[in-house]
Amino acid sequence: MNAPAKIGPPMWLLAEVTYRCPLHCVFCYNPVDFAKHETELSTDDWLRVLREGRELGAVQCGFSGGEPLLRDDLEILIGEARRLGYYTNLITSGVGLTEARLDAFKAAGLDHIQLSFQDSTKEINDFLTHTRTFDLKQKVGEMIKARGWPMVMNVVIHRLNIDHIGRIIEMADALGAEYIELANAQYYSWALLNRDQLMPSREQLRRAEAVTNEWKAKLAERMRILFVVPDYHEGKPKKCMNGWGNVFLTVTPDGTALPCHTARMLPGLSFPNVRDSSLREIWYDSEGFNHYRGTGWMKKPCRDCDHKEEDLGGCRCQAYLLAGDADAADPVCPKSPHHEIVSNALENAEKPDRQAQPLIFRDPKESRRLTEEAKTPEPAA
Amino acid sequence: MDGTPRLGHGFRFQWEPVQQCHVLLYPEGMIKLNQSGGEILARCDGQRDIAAIVADLEAAFSASGLRGDVEAFLAMAIEKRWLKLETEARP
Repeated sequence: MNAPAKIGPPMWLLAEVTYRCPLHCVFCYNPVDFAKHETELSTDDWLRVLREGRELGAVQCGFSGGEPLLRDDLEILIGEARRLGYYTNLITSGVGLTEARLDAFKAAGLDHIQLSFQDSTKEINDFLTHTRTFDLKQKVGEMIKARGWPMVMNVVIHRLNIDHIGRIIEMADALGAEYIELANAQYYSWALLNRDQLMPSREQLRRAEAVTNEWKAKLAERMRILFVVPDYHEGKPKKCMNGWGNVFLTVTPDGTALPCHTARMLPGLSFPNVRDSSLREIWYDSEGFNHYRGTGWMKKPCRDCDHKEEDLGGCRCQAYLLAGDADAADPVCPKSPHHEIVSNALENAEKPDRQAQPLIFRDPKESRRLTEEAKTPEPAA
Repeated sequence: MDGTPRLGHGFRFQWEPVQQCHVLLYPEGMIKLNQSGGEILARCDGQRDIAAIVADLEAAFSASGLRGDVEAFLAMAIEKRWLKLETEARP
């Protein structure tokens, strides 16, 4: 195996407790074939996973999904995680959140809630999420603040909302957010299907950064703002997940353990299930977690590159999705022999009259249709 | 510098057996503390003022003249919002 000699403990246990979701976001990073992974872990399974993760040394526990609120045992899981000494984070759209449920989370010791917003413009928000949720989110934001939680917001930014970025920041400030992450869409899963619709032009991106910088200066004391530049535009591979099997241990709704939440798509790699193996075996000994640890797996141009330790070759899923080869350099890198795929996508985003298919909304029906169609898998580029 | 330091909003301080060090946890992150930082933060309970913290450390480690080091650490921690310094007289 290529693993480095010393493997440290995971810092994060990311519990994706369900793929069920009331929203239908066009940029969702859940697998396109999520509908076929319907069998969810039981409460007892999750309690054991939480214990084993904590024994391994994980300190941050994230509850996400899908929409984690759809698990009616969520307060039990949060309570146990908190008791074990995790810092507990709930990552939610807020849909289905009530005063009573928030009180139960508070009593269970929940440390932090990250609330996702799609947009500050109701019409676009409803359009993008395919439900009428904006007013509710505003109410949820107020309920979170009222209970003394720090408020962290996450907004996925893309071609259809990037021009509203100033209003998004303004709204976050009005809701009392202490931190907002403006994350440009990353093109995996559903977002890759919708890439032509979602990718902003260079000019849109430039304006959005300028507006964000004005707000950063204005709100310096009150709210921290993080603007995540998309790697396609930056032309620089990201150190994905801060290193494969280095920081994050994700457990998916059906118990499959992954080094990143999209890694399940990679062919030829087997990822263990928490029903069969302990988290310790999974983290330290499994083929899936060891395969891309370190730099030993690399081929040219990564193998001979001065930046290989810095970016670890970029993202394995992106290499697979765009180049059809999970061992390849991430095609966002100008040194990649497949970089043209990325340049072409960027050029396409400059065309005002570009051809784009209708948006594909994330729902179980589409998931099953796309799973059927993908019987002969093809890289989506 | 005077007052009573307490942990900043959203921060949690604890001992991590796997890391063998004290850590500060906050939304989605962790700071590993060195031994002296851990010993100081362990005493920032919102009850003890700076003088009491210094006295306690000096007694625990049979040392003297720690006030300067403690204040330097506290100033750094306050700037990073790990700590808040309450300077009002408490009821």
